Amino acid sequence: MDFMNTFRLALRALARNKMRSALTMLGIIIGVGAVIAVVSIGQGANYKVQQGIAAMGTNAVFIAAGSNRAGGVRQGYGGVKTLTVDDMNAVLQQIPLIKEAAPSLSNRQQVVYGNQNWNTTVTGTSPAYFDIRSWPVQSGSVFSDDEVNLAANVCVIGTTVEKILFQDEDPIGKTFRIGNNPFRVDGVLASKGQSAVGQDQDDVIFAPYTTVQRKIQGITWLQSINASAVSQPASLAAVAPITSLLRERHRIRTGTDDDFLIRTQADIEDLADQTASTMTYLLGGIASVSLLVGGIGIMNIMLVSVTERTREIGVRMAVGATERDVQSQFLVEAVTLSLMGGAIGIVLGLIGSALISNLLSWPTLISGKAIIAAAFFSAAVGIFFGYYPAQKAAQLDPIEALRYE
Amino acid sequence: MAEQTIPSIEPKQTPASAKPVIRLEGVFKTYDLGEIQVQALRGVTLEIYEGEFVAVMGPSGSGKSTIMNILGCLDRPTKGHYFLDGVDVSGMSKTQLAKIRNQKLGFVFQQFNLLARTSALENVELPTVYAGIKPEERARRAMESLTRVGLADRAGHHPSQLSGGQQQRVAIARGLVNRPAILLADEPTGNLDSRTSVEIMDILQTLNDEQGLTIVLVTHEPDIAQYAKRNVEFRDGKLRRDINVRDRLIAKEVLKTLPTAEEQAAEDAKDTAREEKLAADAAK
Repeated sequence: MDFMNTFRLALRALARNKMRSALTMLGIIIGVGAVIAVVSIGQGANYKVQQGIAAMGTNAVFIAAGSNRAGGVRQGYGGVKTLTVDDMNAVLQQIPLIKEAAPSLSNRQQVVYGNQNWNTTVTGTSPAYFDIRSWPVQSGSVFSDDEVNLAANVCVIGTTVEKILFQDEDPIGKTFRIGNNPFRVDGVLASKGQSAVGQDQDDVIFAPYTTVQRKIQGITWLQSINASAVSQPASLAAVAPITSLLRERHRIRTGTDDDFLIRTQADIEDLADQTASTMTYLLGGIASVSLLVGGIGIMNIMLVSVTERTREIGVRMAVGATERDVQSQFLVEAVTLSLMGGAIGIVLGLIGSALISNLLSWPTLISGKAIIAAAFFSAAVGIFFGYYPAQKAAQLDPIEALRYE
Repeated sequence: MAEQTIPSIEPKQTPASAKPVIRLEGVFKTYDLGEIQVQALRGVTLEIYEGEFVAVMGPSGSGKSTIMNILGCLDRPTKGHYFLDGVDVSGMSKTQLAKIRNQKLGFVFQQFNLLARTSALENVELPTVYAGIKPEERARRAMESLTRVGLADRAGHHPSQLSGGQQQRVAIARGLVNRPAILLADEPTGNLDSRTSVEIMDILQTLNDEQGLTIVLVTHEPDIAQYAKRNVEFRDGKLRRDINVRDRLIAKEVLKTLPTAEEQAAEDAKDTAREEKLAADAAK
């Protein structure tokens, strides 16, 4: 008997017990649908995280002041005062893998303009920072290196600060106060929106690091250095030479902890990837449990079906069906059941993830791989759990089967 | 129905020119039931020739069902040989036997065994499906087969929409569709009333007389066996009697003597009315 015949036969047999077929498929439908929906949510979240990481800048190498230990008390990152602009210049000059670098030190300050005031993060840096983070201004311009050298009272502001302080006014060229110092607004940065962890990235003010060091914070050191390597592999390769350079400059004896911390974008991406793949395994686990349950449902119904149709099997065998014919008839029926369940599950999963992203405005990303995997696994479930009942049908003795009441 | 006069018997004569379609040589069948072994057949030798109409008879436990299963290639002899159409099928595999059943044998059962919720035409088509015949040819042959049993106008009906006699005719059509060498009928009239039984026997006699179809019929009813040309009787797993039927019943003639379905219904109604009247009188 050819395949099309067997397939048509399977469809008819399933159509005869529509309710039963639908309920049997339900296990697979729910399993596959849930997997598609959850994977697309997971992928959406992952995509958002990856975007956030990319926003750190390309091939970024991040050097943060580390902790030191004073009498056994660790102070946490940023606690040491050893990371300086000279360190940054040394890295730039001596390590050719590093293309650009910008210092960074920040704290929160009260800012005032007219009758508006606000509390926000004020970061001292250099113009290179905006290159490294690929963060352009939307109006005005970034302060210049000259202004950095002069420790001028100029700044660029994020769109959140612009809205709160200046409301409908054009802020370019206006002067407002940071703490007790007047600052002129040179530019407004393009909006970056929320970060992956929900932080408003536009609620910021950047000023020359010299100005922030001397006039706002009154310190001589830095909290971190944002550097950019010539390429992605270079960002990883640069970690070792930077480490040894800084250890040497900070006179750290062998066997003692670093007083700084280096993170590269590649590290963070790896971490995010790891999280994503852990998620994928977890989802895979959940999926296989629900597919297993669905598969057992199919096996159960197929066994009932074989018993119910013992006579039919006997008749088919008497008129010339071989064991193979009978086996493939029931196997195709089981696979049709599970594939139809899988297909419906995929459609429902897609609808579900569309609903979630519309109603809850969570980002979702439809994964082609997940759809293919779902289709593949539902077929596999049909074959695996359909085999035993099909085998049972094929092994029936036609004489017994014909006599079955 | 004719009275059960024991037919006068004479030794059966082998048609000299014909070739045997079925040849059993010393066939034994033993069922191993664990503790005991049941010898269902103990050395059966039998030849059936092309164009014969044989009734296999015997009480239950005589081995007639076993011989039917072996003839139908549903079971294999424990010992001995079975030549079907000149081919020894006693040693064949299950798959080969399935093919033989498909190509050489047509089955008619007591329970009709039609597939429910499937049209008469599709039921008749079933053996051609397993023969790997193309769909158009299948439908053509099935229709031809249904026409032979006079049910062409019921091709689209499901078994539940057909009377018992019609269902059995569909089953016969199914048995014929692959043009088998033999039609095996296992108590084909067992579930039918007398008139319908004779109608079925009429179809079998017509197929045998007009188309030379070889028919083997299992029955325990002696009057049904009278419609065959030859009777073989089993007892205790052995062939005990093998005779040509004398005073053979011809279904067409018997049918003339029987009341038609309508007449029967009228008769029954009269009976019922009488009984009701009696019951009513008794109640008074």
